Amino acid sequence: MTFTIKQIFLSLLFLYGYQAYPATIEVSKSGQNSIQKAIDQANPHDTIVVLAGTYREHDILIEKPLNIRGVGRPVIDAGHAGQIIVVGSDSVAISGFQIQNVGFSFTKDWAAILIDNKNYCRIEDNILVDAYYGIYLKKSNHIVIRGNRLEGKAENEINSGNGIHLWYCDSILIENNHIKGHRDGIYFEFVENSTIVRNTSEANVRYGLHFMFSNNDDYIGNTFKNNGTGVAVMFSEHINMINNHFIDNWGTTNYGLLFKEISDGELSGNLFKNNTVGIFADGTNRMKISKNEFVENGWAMNVFSNCMNNEIVDNNFISNTFDLITNSAKHHNHYHHNYWDQYSGYDLDKDGIGDVPHRPVKLFSYLIGKVPESIILLRSFFIDIINMAEKVAPVLTPESLMDEQPRMKIITDD
Amino acid sequence: MLKILKYSFFDLIRSRWSIIYFLFYFVSGMVLLYLSNDVSKAIVSLMNITFILTPLIGTIFGVMNFYNSREFVELLLAQPIPRKRIFLGMYLGIGLSLSLSLFLGMALPFVFYGIFGSSAIGSLATLLLTGIFLTFIFTGISFYIALVNENRLKGFGMAILVWLFLSFVYDGLFLLLLLLLQEYPIENLAIGMSLLNPIDLSRILIMLRLDVSALMGYTGAVFHRFFGNGTGMLISLLALSVWTIVPVWFILKKSHKKDF
Repeated sequence: MTFTIKQIFLSLLFLYGYQAYPATIEVSKSGQNSIQKAIDQANPHDTIVVLAGTYREHDILIEKPLNIRGVGRPVIDAGHAGQIIVVGSDSVAISGFQIQNVGFSFTKDWAAILIDNKNYCRIEDNILVDAYYGIYLKKSNHIVIRGNRLEGKAENEINSGNGIHLWYCDSILIENNHIKGHRDGIYFEFVENSTIVRNTSEANVRYGLHFMFSNNDDYIGNTFKNNGTGVAVMFSEHINMINNHFIDNWGTTNYGLLFKEISDGELSGNLFKNNTVGIFADGTNRMKISKNEFVENGWAMNVFSNCMNNEIVDNNFISNTFDLITNSAKHHNHYHHNYWDQYSGYDLDKDGIGDVPHRPVKLFSYLIGKVPESIILLRSFFIDIINMAEKVAPVLTPESLMDEQPRMKIITDD
Repeated sequence: MLKILKYSFFDLIRSRWSIIYFLFYFVSGMVLLYLSNDVSKAIVSLMNITFILTPLIGTIFGVMNFYNSREFVELLLAQPIPRKRIFLGMYLGIGLSLSLSLFLGMALPFVFYGIFGSSAIGSLATLLLTGIFLTFIFTGISFYIALVNENRLKGFGMAILVWLFLSFVYDGLFLLLLLLLQEYPIENLAIGMSLLNPIDLSRILIMLRLDVSALMGYTGAVFHRFFGNGTGMLISLLALSVWTIVPVWFILKKSHKKDF
């Protein structure tokens, strides 16, 4: 290891007054071969370097601030005997491991890494294989979870745990993780002021990302693919959802994005592609939904009549089977300046805004709401004719639900 | 039979109407492709045209051709040729010439546009196949109607009625039935009813390729499971084949007994 003058100077400055330098303890298959023993021997702020090899340990308890680093991707295998690493101290860093085979229990939430009531920890660059729960944070604040790969083996909701599970946390950063095959990829319950960026959450049994009672959080630039439902935001306020991709969430009760009792958030710059339902909104208020792309979904949006004062503006609706569906003739949301590829109006003054309003709810989508089996008549001429008749004189579909200023051209970023 | 087929086929293919029919598909295909710049969108629009026009043209051509070639038929009947061959030859002649116009008119614009390698080739193939099926089915039906009715006006009217019924009225009744029986599990009824109308059946086969996302939702998944897997596909093709064969069988039966 080489140091620059500046680094040495800074180190000396910080360590002034310390009795001992932080030491480095090495764990390897040939020498000291127990991670737990190394932890017990270490002083606070020491570094433990674990060399390549498979370590069959579980319930590793860390009760002092340590930097534990795997070199050459050492494997910690619990052999399904229980939880693996329990962090019981502030300022612990864990990186470079493959942690695998967490035990399964119906009564205990066993996790690959558990941080219980501690702060300022970093979990970076680990691979978690077949973890019941992956990374589990309880009442912990200022934690960074970055660059981890989680591969669960969840088959159904009952016998599986969440990838990254947070409960009563504040100021957490979850960045660049790849989560696959858990119940919920990322789970937030009572989590505040936290950020989720550039993660990929795919093939999870239930939700790619799940918010419960969590306020003031952001998720930006993530990809949610092929989950039961991409993201579920429930009973939460002030959630910002920017530039995410919601792709291939197919199935009977599957949505790209599910809103349930949420308010005052922002949803912008997202892509919804190939979902059965792009956005399902129930009890959603004062959301700003703008600049999103809805492409090739079965239903781009399903907005229940208990949603109020949402603003749906500057979105592109392209090649969806249905753009919008609602369950009542009343509605309380504002749709304007969207591009609807099913719009058939004209623009005589050439200002890029159609001169006649667009009614995105078709009679047929209303019929499907009543009698789901009637989807078999999709694209039939008879349906086209009654749709057209309804469009001219709305009887069953909400008459006031329309985009008064539909755009003539697809909205591009520039 | 082959000789009669050849006469009938070449007679029709040289006629103005075949060329117009071909040109219609060709031009609308071209226009749709270059206006929308999107292959799957063009296929959707073309599907709407095809499922209305193919049965209609098949119907009109079948009736018209039969009544117009009455003298030719009577001449042939005087010769030592089995009746089966005469009528089968004529029927196949119309069907093939119409199918050829349809196939070329629809496929060529996509070939020029560059369909090969695009994912929409499956949808186009389905559309072509169902279009050809519909041509044969409706030619057969109208041919039979013309054979039964000596009165041209009556025959023509009946053929158009059948087309109208299968194109529009059937779907209306279908929807009405679904609405009336909505309290009951009606998925299987819906599948059954769609098998009973060749136009609905063709539409569903295309829909399975274009609207998969929607079909995966709610009850749609049931239909997707039925029509989307191998067995369902086979059953649909079988139903279309039955729809093709039954009118032909009726034609043959009727032509044996009919007094000319």
